[in-house]
Amino acid sequence: MAEPALTSSPPTEAPPLGLAAGELVASGVSRSYGAGPERKEVVRDCSFTIERGKLSVMIGPSGCGKSTLVRLLAGFERPTEGTLSLDGAPITGPSRDRQVVFQESALFPWMTTYDNIVYGPRARGDRGEATRALAETLLEKVGLQDFRDKYPPQLSGGMQRRAELARALINDPKVMILDEPFRGLDALTKELMWEYCARLFEESGRTNLFVTTDIDEAVFLADRILIMANVPTRLRAVLEVDLPRPRRLADVAASDRANDIKAEALSLLHEEAMKSFAHGSRAAADFVEAYANRRGPR
Amino acid sequence: MTAAPFVHRETAAPAWRDVPVAPGRTAPVAEATPTRGAIRIENVVKVYGGRSGAVTAVDGCSLDIAAGEIFMVVGPSGCGKTTLLNAVAGFHDISGGRISLDGQVLCDSARPQAPRGSDRVVVFQNGALFPWRTNLENVIFGPVMQRKLSKRDAIDKAMDMMADAGLSGVEHSYPAEVSSGVRRRVEIVRALMNDPKVLLLDEPYRALDALTKSVMHEALLRIYYKNKVTIFFITHDLEEAIFLGHKVAVMTTRPCRPKMILTVDIPHPRDYSVLTSKRFRELARATSAAVHEEALKAFQSGEREG
Amino acid sequence: MNATAKGAPALSFARGVVSIAVVLLLWELGARSKHWMAGDLSAPLRATLGALGFKTSYLPCVGAAPPPTGVLRSWAAILTDVGYWQSWAKSFLRVSGGFTAAMVVGIPFGLLLAVNRTAFGVAFPLFEVLRPIPPLAWVPASIIFWPTQELSISFVTFLGAFYTIVINVVGGAKAIDVRYFQAARSMGSSRWDLFRRIILPGTLPSIVVGAVVGMGITWEVVVAAEMISGGGSQIGGTSGGGLGFFIWNSYVGGSYEQIVVGMISIGIAGFVSSELLRLLGRRVTPWLSQR
Repeated sequence: MAEPALTSSPPTEAPPLGLAAGELVASGVSRSYGAGPERKEVVRDCSFTIERGKLSVMIGPSGCGKSTLVRLLAGFERPTEGTLSLDGAPITGPSRDRQVVFQESALFPWMTTYDNIVYGPRARGDRGEATRALAETLLEKVGLQDFRDKYPPQLSGGMQRRAELARALINDPKVMILDEPFRGLDALTKELMWEYCARLFEESGRTNLFVTTDIDEAVFLADRILIMANVPTRLRAVLEVDLPRPRRLADVAASDRANDIKAEALSLLHEEAMKSFAHGSRAAADFVEAYANRRGPR
Repeated sequence: MTAAPFVHRETAAPAWRDVPVAPGRTAPVAEATPTRGAIRIENVVKVYGGRSGAVTAVDGCSLDIAAGEIFMVVGPSGCGKTTLLNAVAGFHDISGGRISLDGQVLCDSARPQAPRGSDRVVVFQNGALFPWRTNLENVIFGPVMQRKLSKRDAIDKAMDMMADAGLSGVEHSYPAEVSSGVRRRVEIVRALMNDPKVLLLDEPYRALDALTKSVMHEALLRIYYKNKVTIFFITHDLEEAIFLGHKVAVMTTRPCRPKMILTVDIPHPRDYSVLTSKRFRELARATSAAVHEEALKAFQSGEREG
Repeated sequence: MNATAKGAPALSFARGVVSIAVVLLLWELGARSKHWMAGDLSAPLRATLGALGFKTSYLPCVGAAPPPTGVLRSWAAILTDVGYWQSWAKSFLRVSGGFTAAMVVGIPFGLLLAVNRTAFGVAFPLFEVLRPIPPLAWVPASIIFWPTQELSISFVTFLGAFYTIVINVVGGAKAIDVRYFQAARSMGSSRWDLFRRIILPGTLPSIVVGAVVGMGITWEVVVAAEMISGGGSQIGGTSGGGLGFFIWNSYVGGSYEQIVVGMISIGIAGFVSSELLRLLGRRVTPWLSQR
């Protein structure tokens, strides 16, 4: 099935200053599951700030607890300790201010693409002409206007992602959270989606939080990279990515600055990733030690 | 943009250097140059006769793989690289050309299908560990079933190899109980237990996320440094190819033929810092245009890389 | 299928046809053996087994079965008998009645259990305690409890489908991916909205499955209930009792060919009902069939 082209508006001259809202703050957050000997602590004493109007990327090894943090920020779960807040107001449950797009499609399979996209407004009782027009605009923006009456199983992975983006965007949230949204897509589609999402962000200035395990993705998209430790997770480091916007694939690939940032992120992340690798065996422990020693003289 | 110069020199046998020795362990001994596992693919053609007409998956493909070399084959899905692997392993026949291993002909026009043998072992994309056997039982399966080793000896050898691969502690777990990264390593150890000349890997890390992949790459290299087996590795990930390989062959989409062969002159042993080194980026830049071109062709004809 | 199609599907179809034909042939021969040989086809076998010390009286009488040709003849004769078609109608009505009642009661009941924890806690244990009792075991109790014979049969048929439908609805509703609820809630759905636009459509596939299975069970129960309870109005012969009664009556009356006719009739009836339901189900869940 041929992929429809993405229509992206030409990049604006200067990116907007960012909305006045959309700052997420996590303070001393802990989250564990189970009780007694089965208790698994996934997040421990985690504090960070997702700055307003910026595109932040949270990166950490697989299974480190990033998805748990996403669920906490979205309001689907409550932390066992600590607080999360949006613009000062504590987060107590899901809300249209914080929209999430997950790795596995959560499009309602029994509704067409169009019905999915207008779900939010309809649920709030909004059936006005303005909403219909907005839905049409979004459909065109994501390049799915020819697929509006198709059901999700008929769309390819990339197309489903874009439909979900439209469904989230129509609610005009303060924060967009995307949890490994490009995992499983082929490399070509992935890179197109990176550029597309960068464009979307640059035009709207909305606070964005991406979660990923792909360093190239993080460096390409981010204004700030939050490096997370392996489980139980907490913030390990923050890297500022001062590459110019609008971001282009070719520019970032050629940029030495991007490469330096990648190298820095890589060394931190590799150490964290290795912690899952080493599980009590001598050879693995030597492996970790060897690499830890190796970083010394550099 | 001028292409980076490809250095066509025979890479010297990688020696152990620059790896710090952790206390309590002895330094590994430098291995002699590997002598077995040289593959020669000459003008191989593979035509599939289908209902809608013949499909030429491979057309006039020639590759030279030195003994003990890590040879990476990069191309989009469906381009025919798996066909090549299957031909070398003996799962399919070829329609023309010749494949030889260490000078001995595996298959040619007289005998179109190579015999299956434990000298060429395959690790597949989707895990093929027996779920009803523990990891250790999986690993000893080959040699014990072929009666090459007694069960006792096989277990000893397996425990050693698993320890080297960082798998101590999971020998007696079942595949379903451990992570996919661990499972992949168990499969590789299982393959190596047969003491093969060639290890054939068909996109083994495709399903893993980027960070786990990079750890797995180093694990594979570490295993490789201990057992200098020839590695024939298929992938669509260019970075993976350049990081691991001595040579990288970029293949055209159907029919499959080498479009470009890159000699990766970054010295072994390598670690993740190689990924951001200047030379790595040069090599990646030189080859990515070619890879993208083929990926786009495949994309437009309906195939997908991922 | 074009001429150059690979032989594999054609081959397996041919295999199926041949095996059915062989069975029919064996059946025919076995049934006729009484006429052709002095004794049963199995007489020599009996003699050998008897000689070995086995009790021959426990072997089935192969020769007693009516042959397929006899069945077809009998069927052709019956097709013009109003009573036969009345039996069809009678059984169909009972099935429809019981099934519809089961759907009308079962679906809302199942949904209530799925969404309301209190209701679940109160009703489900009771439901699960009663469920293992086979519907047919209810027949005597049903006859005592319900005023008319018809109602008692209908009640038993209702039970058969009811349990299946409720179990499927509850299971289906609970199996809806939690992420759909999360997405809907984050977009501002009210509880009613969640029910109407997430739970209902999300449970539909399970409702269809429950209905199709329940339909099959309903047929089983109707036939047995008719046999046991005598089928309602008994005017004798083949009239007015439903297909189950028709079979039982044929047995009592000694026309063994009609037994088989009845069996096949019920098989066809059940198959047609299930297929109709399946088609209806596909119409109602368009997103499943489109790929």
